[in-house]
Amino acid sequence: MKRFLYELEESWRIAYAQMRSNLTRSTLTALGVIIGIVAVTLMGTAIGGIQVGFDKSMAVLGDDVLYVTQWPWKPVDDWWNYRDRKKIKTEYAETINHVIAATPNSNLTVAVPTSSLMRSIKYGGNEVENVFTLGTTSDFTVTSTIDCKEGRFFNEIESRDGAQVVVIGYDVADALFPSASPIDKSVLISGHQFKVIGVNARQGTFLGLFSWDSMVAMPLAAFNKYFDVKSDVDFRGQNQGESDVRVKVRDKTKLAEAKDELTGIMRRVRGLPPEKKEDFSINEQQAFKSTLDPVKNTIAIAGLFITGLSLFVGAIGIMNITFVSVKERTKEIGTRKALGARRRTILLQFLIESTALCLLGGFIGLTVAYFMCFGIGKAFPSFPIQFSFGLVVASMIVSVLTGLISGFAPAWSASRLDPVTALRYE
Amino acid sequence: MDARQSVRQVGPVVIDIENITKDYVMGEEIVRALRGVSLQIRRNEYLAVMGPSGSGKSTLMNMLGCLDTPTSGRYEFNGRNVAEMDDDELAAIRNREIGFVFQTFNLLPRATSLRNVELPLIYAGMDPEAREERATQALTDVGLGDRIQHKPNELSGGQRQRVAIARALVNNPSIILADEPTGNLDSKTGEEIMVLLEDLYQRGHTIILVTHERDIAAHARRTIHLRDGVVESDESTFVPRLESVAAS
Repeated sequence: MKRFLYELEESWRIAYAQMRSNLTRSTLTALGVIIGIVAVTLMGTAIGGIQVGFDKSMAVLGDDVLYVTQWPWKPVDDWWNYRDRKKIKTEYAETINHVIAATPNSNLTVAVPTSSLMRSIKYGGNEVENVFTLGTTSDFTVTSTIDCKEGRFFNEIESRDGAQVVVIGYDVADALFPSASPIDKSVLISGHQFKVIGVNARQGTFLGLFSWDSMVAMPLAAFNKYFDVKSDVDFRGQNQGESDVRVKVRDKTKLAEAKDELTGIMRRVRGLPPEKKEDFSINEQQAFKSTLDPVKNTIAIAGLFITGLSLFVGAIGIMNITFVSVKERTKEIGTRKALGARRRTILLQFLIESTALCLLGGFIGLTVAYFMCFGIGKAFPSFPIQFSFGLVVASMIVSVLTGLISGFAPAWSASRLDPVTALRYE
Repeated sequence: MDARQSVRQVGPVVIDIENITKDYVMGEEIVRALRGVSLQIRRNEYLAVMGPSGSGKSTLMNMLGCLDTPTSGRYEFNGRNVAEMDDDELAAIRNREIGFVFQTFNLLPRATSLRNVELPLIYAGMDPEAREERATQALTDVGLGDRIQHKPNELSGGQRQRVAIARALVNNPSIILADEPTGNLDSKTGEEIMVLLEDLYQRGHTIILVTHERDIAAHARRTIHLRDGVVESDESTFVPRLESVAAS
C-alpha cells in the first residue's frame, strides 16, 4: 500500500514534468478536453435550468391538489367522448366543501373554484393583451403558493363581497407600471375598474407553462359579475374560458384515497347512477409530469449526447497523445522496468499522465463554462441556467473518467512492453 | 590476489545457470541465441562476459539480468528459480538483486541525479526520508556528493555514468550488471569508471561486465568467452596493469 502511494506520487511528478516539457502539445491536447467539458457543462446547466423551471411550474400546480376538469390532463385519442361532457361549474366547490365538512376523517380539506379567460388590461397608455384572468376565492392561497412581492392576496371578505380588487403577476405589473408601484392603482380590465392590491414575485417561465408572471387573479364573485366564461371565444372560435375546481388533499401520501373520495363526491354532485361512467376528470400534478417528463428527458439525453461527442473527440486526442508519449519513451519504460517497475507501475504512470491532462482540461473548461454561464445569466436573465456544485463534481468525474478510458489502451500497451525490446529501442 | 581468489572460492553461489537455451522466432526462422550455457557466479566475483556480436552475449546478459527468461534450462538466483517467474516477480528480483549499468546511461533526462538514484527505492516502496538519505549516500560513494541536484544535461558523460552506477548500487543488489559501461565514454573517462568498478569490487560487490573490448575485460578476475551461443572458455585472469591505473 505504501509502495503504491509512492508510485502514485512519482507518477504525478512525472506527469507534471511531462506536461511542462511538452507545453504546446499538452495545451493543444487539453484544448480538446476543455472544449468538450465546456460544451457538456453548458448543456448540463441548461438542463438544470430547464429542470428548475419545470419544477417551479409544477410547484404552482401543487403536489397535494386534485383538479376537477372536463378534459383529462393527458393526450386523448377519443376526444369526441370528452367534448360533450357537461362543463365543470364553480358552484361544485361549495357543494364539495359541504360534503367535506360533513365527512369525518375526510382526506380532503378544501375545494376552491376557479374560472379563467383571456382579457386585456389597461393602465393609462399601457395595455397588455391576452392576460390569463382568473376568478377564485381567498382559499386559492391554500392550493397554490402565492408569493406577493408587494401588497397581498385578497382576503375572505373581499372574496365573499366580490370586491373589485386584483392581484397581478410580475410581468403584467412590469408592463403596466414600468416605473411606479402598482399598489392601489386602478387598472381597466375589459373596461371595468379593478384596484391592484398585490403583485406577485417573479416566478420565471418554462415552455410557457403556468407562470404566475402573466396572470391576474380576482374574487370569483367579481369575475362572474363582469365576465362570462362561455363567451370568451378566440378568433378561431375556440372557447378559451374555463372553470374547474381544485381540491386540497390532507395527506399527500394518501393521494389515491383522496382521489377516490373526490370521485365519489363528484358522481353524487353530477347525479350519476352507478352503471354510468364518469363525465369529469380528476387530475393531479403527477399526470401532467408524466406527460412532460419524457419530453424533458429526451431534450436532456439528446443534448448531452451531442455535446458528449465533442468530449469524445477530446478523448481521442488524449489517447493519441498518450500513444505518442509511450512510443517516444519506450526506452525510458525499458529502463524503469530494468530498475524494478512492475506492469502496474507503468500502467499507473501513463494513466495518470492522461488523467492529469484531462483534469487540467476539465478544470479550465469548468472555469470557462462558469464565466460563460455568468455572462449568459447577465445578458438573458430569463434564460434558464443553473450552475451547481453537483455539476462541478460531475464534470470533474467525467474528466477523470475520460482520462482513464482514453489513456487505458496506450498505458496498457506500455505496461506490456518487453523490457529487452524496450531497452533496445532507439 | 590469493586472498581474493579464496574469497571467490568460498563465496556463496548467487547465480546458478545450468544448460540454458534461448530461441527467438524471427519471421519463419528460429534463431537459437543460446544453445546450452552453464555457469555459476559466486558472491564478490568480478566476471567479464566477452564475445563477438551474435555470440549470444546480449541474450545471456538479459538472462542474467532477469529481463528475460530462458527457453529451457535451469536458472537459480540466490536459490530461487527464476526460469518460472512471471513478469512482476522478475521485476521484484531486478529491483532488489540486480543493479544495471547501461552503455547509454539511461538516466531520466528531466530528473535530478538524486531523483534518478531514488527511482529503484521508490519501486521498492521505501519512504521518502530514507530514500533521500540512501540516494545521497550512494551519490557520495561514487564521488558526486556535490552534484545531487544536477540534471543529466548538466553533467559530463563520466558523471552521468557515475549517477547510473550510484543508481545501480542504491538498493544494495547482489550483482551489478554493467553492459559496455565505457562504450560511450572516451578512454580516460572510461578508465575512471573502471577504477570505480574496481573500487566497488574491493568493497565486496559482485560485478558482471559485458564487453567486447579486451582492455576493459582485463579488469575482471574471471573472463567468459561466448561463441555461437555456447561458452567457449571460462578462465581466471590476473591484471598486473591494474595498480598503475588505479594510481593514475
